[in-house]
Amino acid sequence: MIEKTLKGKPAYWIWLAFLGMLMAVGAACYARQFLFGLGMTGMSRDVSWGLYISQFTFLVGVAAGGVMLVLPYYIHDFKAFGKITILGEFLAIAAIAMCLLFIMADLGQPLRALNVVLHPTPSSMLFYDMIVLNGYLFLNILCGWVILTAERKGVHPPKWIYFFVYLSIPFAVSIHTVTAMLYCGLPGRHFWLSAIIAPRFLASAFAAGPALIIIASLILKRVAGFDAGKEAMNKLVTIIMYAALLNTFFVLLEVFVGYYSNIPGHKHSIEYLFFGLEHHGHVYDNLVPFMWTSVVLNFGALGLFAWPYARKKNEFLLGLSCVMIFLALWIDKGLGFVFAGFVPNPLDEITEYIPTANELGITIGIWATGFFILTLLYKIAIGVEHEMEQ
Amino acid sequence: MDTQRRKFLKIAGVTALAGIGAPALVRLSSSTALASEHGAPPAAEHAAAAAHGAPVETAPQGVRLGMVIDMRRITEQPELLDNAIAACNAAHNIPQFDNRKSEVKWIWKAPFANVFPGESSYHLAKSVEKTDFAVLCNHCDDPPCVRACPTQATFKVKENGIVAMDYHRCIGCRFCMAACPYGARSFNWEDPRPYIKKYNKDFPSRMRGVVEKCNFCGERLALGQEPACVEACQGTGAIVFGDLNDAQSEIRQVLDKEFTIQRNASLGTKPSVFYIV
Repeated sequence: MIEKTLKGKPAYWIWLAFLGMLMAVGAACYARQFLFGLGMTGMSRDVSWGLYISQFTFLVGVAAGGVMLVLPYYIHDFKAFGKITILGEFLAIAAIAMCLLFIMADLGQPLRALNVVLHPTPSSMLFYDMIVLNGYLFLNILCGWVILTAERKGVHPPKWIYFFVYLSIPFAVSIHTVTAMLYCGLPGRHFWLSAIIAPRFLASAFAAGPALIIIASLILKRVAGFDAGKEAMNKLVTIIMYAALLNTFFVLLEVFVGYYSNIPGHKHSIEYLFFGLEHHGHVYDNLVPFMWTSVVLNFGALGLFAWPYARKKNEFLLGLSCVMIFLALWIDKGLGFVFAGFVPNPLDEITEYIPTANELGITIGIWATGFFILTLLYKIAIGVEHEMEQ
Repeated sequence: MDTQRRKFLKIAGVTALAGIGAPALVRLSSSTALASEHGAPPAAEHAAAAAHGAPVETAPQGVRLGMVIDMRRITEQPELLDNAIAACNAAHNIPQFDNRKSEVKWIWKAPFANVFPGESSYHLAKSVEKTDFAVLCNHCDDPPCVRACPTQATFKVKENGIVAMDYHRCIGCRFCMAACPYGARSFNWEDPRPYIKKYNKDFPSRMRGVVEKCNFCGERLALGQEPACVEACQGTGAIVFGDLNDAQSEIRQVLDKEFTIQRNASLGTKPSVFYIV
């Protein structure tokens, strides 16, 4: 099936060349970082995780979001998802690939990465994250490939594959739960030390993943003549709406706990995110404009989703609201959540984090790599789809 | 008193070495012959067992090294803390960066309000407000950094409770830095070697991309020496170091007599560094 990636319209090649260029920029930036060290980034002793880990965290969610197609289709036999479930599985593959690349980019000694396997440490949440992420990657490659091959041959997929399909569902939940546990089990980081982090991560994941699938479907409809179908799209919008509402609810609960309890540790990071934190006469408010953008996009998107015309009749507005909710959740989790956990530091000092150009280059390069993989995988999926229609 | 403490430190050092498994230096233990004083098996056996990778059975009352920092002494003589920091920096090849972002620090100074953010600093005694406190790794009895590390590059030395680092195993994921509630850990954001003022050949410098922190001078204890910061304050009682589990130790006598506080003890990490304010 790989041969499907080798034939395409000029737009396909231009798109791949564009991504390839960004990947080359990312690789060059990474070479610089590899030779100099992580001092090339904006991270510091106080804010010791930056864009790489925050992108990783967000993308684990995107990967887990694929389960919102797998679960209704395979468990509830929701037939309308038949055509796009493969898009969810392939999105998970691309997202996990990005996650692993972001982890590698973040390591101070990347050549020692295998130490995690050579010295397995069951007390470390990173150990479990390694297992579930690689497991989920494997499951999606296996299930996606076997089912697509069967479809191409016009036969039913072999029975044994369903075991792995069902297994991939708890795995999807586990990747984001374990990723939340990286944060929420750390004493002394009040912003993260909250039992609602895992549910909140899952809720935002189940909105962000399907939103990206709708965006992809709308693009594929125009450029590749692939129609996901009205019913599938409507159902996805419903899923996104509920998930985004739940996420908003969870975030507001955090705000309530912080402000009503009035415990400084619980309040400071939220204050830093939304209003800026005053400290020794200086207000630290780097993230404030981003967070309010996220709030506006979030409620704006929810408003658009609630409007039947925008949701069902106007594809531009549907796409727009999906882009808005995706961006809102990306800012919320892909920027704010990780950075604010380090403010203030354990010694009640504030260091703000500003990524460097080199760091942005690597980040963009990895995103481009993810979309490159995604494009190739979707090309295969749609190629098979078209073959069947003929 | 002093000789007794030295003897103890030798034991602590030998046991530390046993953990590292350096057979050449085990000789030290046979001449000490004090290992059985605590009812523990001879240190040489410890070492042999560790060298073969077999688990060492710990006595119910194991050694747990700790430190008491008497801020009253440091308030009287603030230069003591400067000396202690300088001694540590020199002993451990700690690079001196001029920007805050890349800082590497093992023991450093900070005001009371920063060292004890959970305690009230409202109407703090002027003497406390003006004095900088010593900040270093707490060598917790239940260290969150050790729990978080995915490769056991940071680990608790069974024989003496020191939270140690293996710089050659660390992958630089910085999970331990996020996990440490005391901000005790530093990362080598770039090659530290050009920033080491005077190279001490007796202690390895680190490479870029690994985490480091105070090691309670495990390498000095192994030679029967006190930690560098303790030695720098010798004779003043500003920093007392010893076995928290030994009722006869000097540190226990200080703890029995004085009221001390620990940093953020509510987190359940059981810090081994105590402060007399």
